[in-house]
Amino acid sequence: MIEVQGLTKQYGPVTAIRDVSFNVAAGEIVGFLGPNGAGKSTTMRILSCFMPATHGSARVAGYDVFRDSMEVRRRIGYLPENVPLYQDMRVAPYLDFVAEVKGVSRGARKAMVADVMDRCRISDVQHRLIGKLSKGYRQRVGLAQAIVNDPSVLILDEPTIGLDPRQITEIRSLIKSLAGAHTVILSTHILPEVAMVCSGVIIINKGSIVAQGPIDTLVDEFFPSARVQVEIEGPRDLVRERLASIPGVTAVKDDGVDGAGGMFLVESPRGRDVRSEIFRLAAQQKWELRELRRVGMTLEEVFIKVVAGEESLAPGERTVEEAAARVSEEDVTARRPEDET
Amino acid sequence: MRVWPIFKKEMRLYFTSPIAWVIGAIFLLIAGYFFSAIFNFFAQASMQSAMNPQMAREMNPTESVLRPLLSNVTVILLLLMPMVTMRLFAEERRSGTIELLLTYPVRDGAVLVGKYLAALALYGLMLVGTLLYPLMIAYFARLDWGAVLTGYIGLVLLGATFIAVGLFASSLTENQIVASIISFGVLLMLWVVGWSADYVGGAWGKVLSDLSIIEHFDNFAKGVLDTKDVVYYLGFVTLALFLSLRSLEARRWKE
Ligand SMILES: Nc1ncnc2c1ncn2[C@@H]1O[C@H](COP(=O)(O)OP(=O)(O)OP(=O)(O)O)[C@@H](O)[C@H]1O
Ligand SMILES: [Mg+2]
Repeated sequence: MIEVQGLTKQYGPVTAIRDVSFNVAAGEIVGFLGPNGAGKSTTMRILSCFMPATHGSARVAGYDVFRDSMEVRRRIGYLPENVPLYQDMRVAPYLDFVAEVKGVSRGARKAMVADVMDRCRISDVQHRLIGKLSKGYRQRVGLAQAIVNDPSVLILDEPTIGLDPRQITEIRSLIKSLAGAHTVILSTHILPEVAMVCSGVIIINKGSIVAQGPIDTLVDEFFPSARVQVEIEGPRDLVRERLASIPGVTAVKDDGVDGAGGMFLVESPRGRDVRSEIFRLAAQQKWELRELRRVGMTLEEVFIKVVAGEESLAPGERTVEEAAARVSEEDVTARRPEDET
Repeated sequence: MRVWPIFKKEMRLYFTSPIAWVIGAIFLLIAGYFFSAIFNFFAQASMQSAMNPQMAREMNPTESVLRPLLSNVTVILLLLMPMVTMRLFAEERRSGTIELLLTYPVRDGAVLVGKYLAALALYGLMLVGTLLYPLMIAYFARLDWGAVLTGYIGLVLLGATFIAVGLFASSLTENQIVASIISFGVLLMLWVVGWSADYVGGAWGKVLSDLSIIEHFDNFAKGVLDTKDVVYYLGFVTLALFLSLRSLEARRWKE
């Protein structure tokens, strides 16, 4: 549905994106990730026909964004990142204008606008001036204008930014409900959101695509090992040594200290379960085993790995979380709940 | 061409924000002031002329009220029209709404024409307000309605040109103040270029006065409808709209 081939965009001397290629299949919801300034918005502006690329081509719904721009525009809904709306218009007339300009017939318009206001929960502010709305409500009006004519492709640049937690959940389920009949590409800095909403991800860094594919495949690709988190009360060094000597264990990492014992992350090849061995080891040594569970690799860790590079953990940063804080304050705002696998 | 929704949107924005009301009110206020000043002068003069038949023949309300009134109105337009047009594109650019507008399935040309017609319609409403003055003259004296009609055709054409120039200026920048200064500057230059015509003289003087945006209005004010003047204004409008379209397209590449 979205085919991007060798896309390059230069703003004067600045190369915002370089040779970007990816595909999004029809009915898919794809998350577009990358640190600030990576080129997400630039790519989306090209896809939405706002500006032409310097090189390369992009096709949306089978039409070239440059040559058949009008055909593309008929089929997309676009939400730019700063949600530009007419401050001096009221919500309902504004949506009516958007529907009309998008070619919704006069007869269908009223019902469509009412429906979209209902879905985005803005019916109660429909007579208010957009400029007087709170940020979250403006965000919803922005989303409403994107989906008002039920376009087959949605390009959403940070659609949940500025919403309260309940709203975020609602908007996410709204976006999720669009899957199947619609193709969605959405950019976000909230990585758990991608895991919840999207079937695939595209990670872009410094203007180039660094990883793409279904989330699970990506995680496997970047983290071919399984991890177990253990908390054992016992002599730390000895515990670490013994854990490392269990057959199949490839690495033991400190994961914090708690009282007399310590927490460790034990890595082994995927498919090799070392939990029973750890349990037996602790029982044998009469160490108190306080916790033993598998932890999944998260998309967040993939993100950090491909964007910052695991090797580039700065001194003093032991975990990816700290690295994340360094890469960008905003890039990682929440942790994805641990995998149950 | 989806001109109509754009037109409606612009009208809505003019009237939900105070712009239209403020500009309209100021315009009618100043025009009303000029009218009453001119009309009072005319009334006094005609009273004196009642005793002087020689002068009475020259007292003609079309010539001595309408014509000065119209030329005063053109000066108000020179000052006010840049403010009507300055927001048309600059504001969309500043607030970023252009990014949505230009990704809707509507051609740049339709956006342009919709905006142009909206400003023209607002101007039309302002002109309708001034019709009160000829009606008042007609109440007291015999007025040549043909001349009034010609005068208003002239005002519409002149305003249409001002708006086209202003629209072009607005497409050049995201700063409304800059847009308004550019359009005022361009219009003022086109206005005064005719002043040096007498001084230069000859063929060049003729060119200068033909170029002047206000020389062409004089015929309309006198009640003379000349195709040459109509073509001048319409040509100007076309040129300015064409340039605006090009600037809009060029902006996409530069964005
Ligand atoms: N209009 C512009 N003129 C010049 N450079 C620009 C312009 N817009 C973006 N850039 C540059 O292009 C690069 C990519 O910017 P872009 O907005 O696409 O990043 P992004 O991934 O959307 O970032 P963010 O997460 O902060 O929204 C940045 O280096 C930015 O400075
Ligand atoms: Mg962005």
